[in-house]
Amino acid sequence: MESLPILSIITFLPLLGIGIIALIPGKNKNLVHAFITIFTGITFLISLFLINAFKADTSGFQFIEKINWIPSVGIQYFMGLDGISIYLVILTTFLTFIASISAYTAIEIRVKEFAITLLFLEVGMIGVFLALDLFLFYIFWELILIPMYLMIGIWGGKNRLYASLKFFLYTLAGSTLMLLAAIYMAYQVKLQTGQMSFSLLDMQALTLTPKIQTPLFLAFALAFAIKVPYFPFHTWLPDAHTEAPTAGSVILAGVLLKMGTYGFIRFNIPLFPDATVALAPFMSILAVVGIVYGAFMALVQTDVKRLVAYSSVSHMGFIMLGIFALNEEGLNGAVLQMLNHGISTGMLFLLVGMIYERRHTRMINEYGGIAKKMPIFAVYTMIAMLSSIALPGTNGFVGEFLILSGGFLRDHALGIIATSGVIFGAVYMLWMYQRVFLGKIVKKENEELTDLNFREQFILIPLVVLIFAIGVYPGYMLKTFKEPVRALIEMTSAKFNDENTVQKPNATIETSVEKKL
Amino acid sequence: MIENVWLITALPLAGFIIIGLLGNRFGEKLSGIIASLFSSLAFIVTAMIFIEVLTKEESARKIVVKLFDWIVAGKINASVAYQIDPLSLVMTLVVTGVGSLIHFYSIGYMHGDKLSAKYFAYLNLFMFSMLNLVLGSNLLIMFLGWEGVGLCSYLLIGYYYETKEAGDAGKKAFIVNRIGDFGFLIGIFLIIFVFGTLDFSELEHLAKDHHSGELVIFWITLMLFIGATGKSAQIPLYVWLPDAMAGPTPVSALIHAATMVTSGVYMLARLSFLYVKAPETMFIICIIGALTALFAATIGMLQNDIKKVLAYSTVSQLGYMFMGVGAGAFSAGIFHVVTHAFFKALLFLGAGSVIYAMHHEQDIRNMGGLRKKLPITHITFLIGTLAIAGTPLFSGFFSKDEILWKVFNYSPAIWVIGATGALITSYYMFRLYFVTFYGESRSHDHHGLDGHDQGVHESPLIMTLPLIILAVLALAGGFLGIPHILDIFHSGNIIEEFLHHSVSDNAVVSHGKYMEILLMGISVLLAFVGFIFSYKLFFKNKGIPRKDEEYAGLQKTVYNKYYIDEIYNIAFVKSIYHFALVLWRAFDVFVIDGIVNGVARLLKNLGQGMRETETGVVHDYMMYMAGGLVSFFVLLFLFYL
Repeated sequence: MESLPILSIITFLPLLGIGIIALIPGKNKNLVHAFITIFTGITFLISLFLINAFKADTSGFQFIEKINWIPSVGIQYFMGLDGISIYLVILTTFLTFIASISAYTAIEIRVKEFAITLLFLEVGMIGVFLALDLFLFYIFWELILIPMYLMIGIWGGKNRLYASLKFFLYTLAGSTLMLLAAIYMAYQVKLQTGQMSFSLLDMQALTLTPKIQTPLFLAFALAFAIKVPYFPFHTWLPDAHTEAPTAGSVILAGVLLKMGTYGFIRFNIPLFPDATVALAPFMSILAVVGIVYGAFMALVQTDVKRLVAYSSVSHMGFIMLGIFALNEEGLNGAVLQMLNHGISTGMLFLLVGMIYERRHTRMINEYGGIAKKMPIFAVYTMIAMLSSIALPGTNGFVGEFLILSGGFLRDHALGIIATSGVIFGAVYMLWMYQRVFLGKIVKKENEELTDLNFREQFILIPLVVLIFAIGVYPGYMLKTFKEPVRALIEMTSAKFNDENTVQKPNATIETSVEKKL
Repeated sequence: MIENVWLITALPLAGFIIIGLLGNRFGEKLSGIIASLFSSLAFIVTAMIFIEVLTKEESARKIVVKLFDWIVAGKINASVAYQIDPLSLVMTLVVTGVGSLIHFYSIGYMHGDKLSAKYFAYLNLFMFSMLNLVLGSNLLIMFLGWEGVGLCSYLLIGYYYETKEAGDAGKKAFIVNRIGDFGFLIGIFLIIFVFGTLDFSELEHLAKDHHSGELVIFWITLMLFIGATGKSAQIPLYVWLPDAMAGPTPVSALIHAATMVTSGVYMLARLSFLYVKAPETMFIICIIGALTALFAATIGMLQNDIKKVLAYSTVSQLGYMFMGVGAGAFSAGIFHVVTHAFFKALLFLGAGSVIYAMHHEQDIRNMGGLRKKLPITHITFLIGTLAIAGTPLFSGFFSKDEILWKVFNYSPAIWVIGATGALITSYYMFRLYFVTFYGESRSHDHHGLDGHDQGVHESPLIMTLPLIILAVLALAGGFLGIPHILDIFHSGNIIEEFLHHSVSDNAVVSHGKYMEILLMGISVLLAFVGFIFSYKLFFKNKGIPRKDEEYAGLQKTVYNKYYIDEIYNIAFVKSIYHFALVLWRAFDVFVIDGIVNGVARLLKNLGQGMRETETGVVHDYMMYMAGGLVSFFVLLFLFYL
């Protein structure tokens, strides 16, 4: 196993799929769809092997592949996996697989192009979670932009052109500064060691003054913050989510947003520990604003997809709070919640897609009382909702509880405000559920609704199993996060104690934080 | 057997899963039988464990059984583990015992409801959650059960989901409880922060190092109490419970009277070692309890829906429990939890029997004269009424008097509030009893030939048998806690002595036993006065409560529940919604998107030339993508060489 470049195989397998699908006639839509499923399925199965071969009790990278690529500027093909990224990779292959099955009836035009788009997307997403060379990371990062843009722009809803362009510009604007910062860092490596390098590990070894760390931190943070999306950079998300086809929404919410939070964990914290510590209070405040603000926005939406999209803003705020709590509770919770959110929100978007295919509307007031006609659908939605509102026993609770404890231990006031999100989350979700499922059927069109079919249940059941499996026994995953998270905390905790190196935007917050440590 | 404690929760869970997956094939009757079976098995296991524990030394009666790690990260180390001790055993016996009776009763009550497999699945899920709440050996498992019962409450209140009331009430229950849970969570976080553990035994040990009156202990206990006000329907979060009556009546008996709503009291007793170190919180609890007891009782005086009267009486009785707990009499509070479970489950099931017989009529103004038609329901309901009113020798008398006695020692002023509540309780309960069971039949039922309720007849045995068993318990349950001065058999106060090792009572008794007898006499007198008022108005004068529009002045205010729902609606629900709406339109749409769109427009104008490439034709985009990729690989290749 060790000798095989398994990470590259997983990353580029979808490319092979593209090659083969390009050869088959596009007219046979079902055949194309079947091939997408086969290739995403194989990729998923292979990625599962990672769990077996992975050693959980260490913080370092495993399955490393390192090839000099452009030596003159220190660019390497450098891939590796640690306890934080392993399940993100599997989440990606899993959700792409699920999304491909959901597309059978949803995507009826340009199926072949859809196949190429989806598989390209998968390459980019897996690559993002595996790349350890910043240039390579940047390529994968940008690679995602185009297929996602196309996904929304071609197969999207009414407002797709506006939404896709907004998505494109927003994210493009963010990542340019990141590239500049990365180049600057690579050059710093040259100044300090004599050899230019984009390798994450080489950059981590740099000694950067806190003064220079702050702008670099912000340059990276902007790219990631837009992806997360961090308040106030979130307005692309409701449009993109709402207009994207189901498969696109699932991937967007399930995986793409995690690239942002992952970026913070993988790059911002280890590369700029001083700046991280100094800016953590600021980042945490924005995260908490996002939690409450997102929930308020979700409350007043009339479009189900938009509601779920805003709920993502709120949930991603939780994850960011956990990250910048910079303690074991918060960070472990954040990493777990990244997976949980992928599962629960992915499932919610799948469910919205299923009802949309039947009624061709996403407006809440077009429904009402449909639990009578679609009892099975109502149960699945209830389960996804419970995971989303973090009911104990579901996966959402474990992540949210850890995050909120971490946030509270770091700063009581922020923790308390964030916890209020628990109430608002229940409000908008239950109200939506009531308006869609409960009461009497008033619209004639809803009388004809049919319940979920076998294919639809087939993709929902694994998600349900995951919701409860992680909810009841999260230890299986938490143990893989443990060591890498601990390593991250060690990098920053030294900075908390070493007051001289810390740039203090707000001295009082800092000292109160230290007391609580 | 003790090591198999997991069976107690696993059995109802198995029932839930089996019925949940296959219930539609089983049909209503088989689902009901399976659910009742699993619930009864849990009761049997509990009873076996109980007997085994009784054989042990008093000091060896706490056993923790750990199953597996649940959430472990940083300072948090919570396992799925159950704690058997006298306190959890008493509660478990009540939950499984009364719960199983209500399961059986439900088979009769839900008869004819084709979809009731779902109902029985939820009922078993409730048992699972409630038993986790009770048996959990750490706060997180308790919280799992705590939110789980909230979910089941939501699902079961909304069981008749096609009516708007049911949907609204379920949602309200869940959200109001979530407000309480917000406090509970903050309490948990504070405990992690201060103690670094959530395990009850470890906490009890660590709490010894803390002094009484420490600020942080005050906040912990207060936050957790906020959780209790949600779940146990105390001021200011009681508003969900009366609405919860929209659910099927056996649910009201099980969840909203006998078990779930008392979990706040249970949690306080479980953490009594912390509460005794927070005298300020205890005072707040006592006051809130007393005010709730009185306040809800006054509303109960004027309600005409049989279930609403019982709902407000539940809120009021829960107030008594908190009053006792606040005075430091934790075991008296638990004693009242137990007797209340008996007589209130009895009253609700009795009401259910009436409603069942009356074809879902709930307004007592349309009932009357039912004592002959429903003889068993009538007698058992009378026993429940006598018990709750505090008639000597009935169970409610002992437990309520125990609480009032401890409260008097704590603060005579609060005792006055409690005693007044007792008077009102007796009044409204007998009012309910007389108006429902005496007088002429006022039914508008169309089933009879002569316009009278000919179709009304006694419920089947599967419903009346639980009534009879509960009636016996409501009658005799008080003997578990006979006060010392009345202890003629020298059996002692069984429940207090049994609980002695697992709760930290700190009620001080400073008055002598003559005072105790005097107070006992006063409460009996007050209950009698309440009875006399009802008797005169509704039996002798054959009074019937007025029509809705005839209420005026203060009565109208009370009849409309002091307009608290309306006030909450404007102050919280509406204002938050409108605030969010304005925020969305003003900030999200206008400010942020305004900037984004403005920048985009600017770029567009600047880059007119680029527009050529934006053809909107998919193939072109595909070409760009492919072209970009090819050139990328070409570059790669060149550099690499």
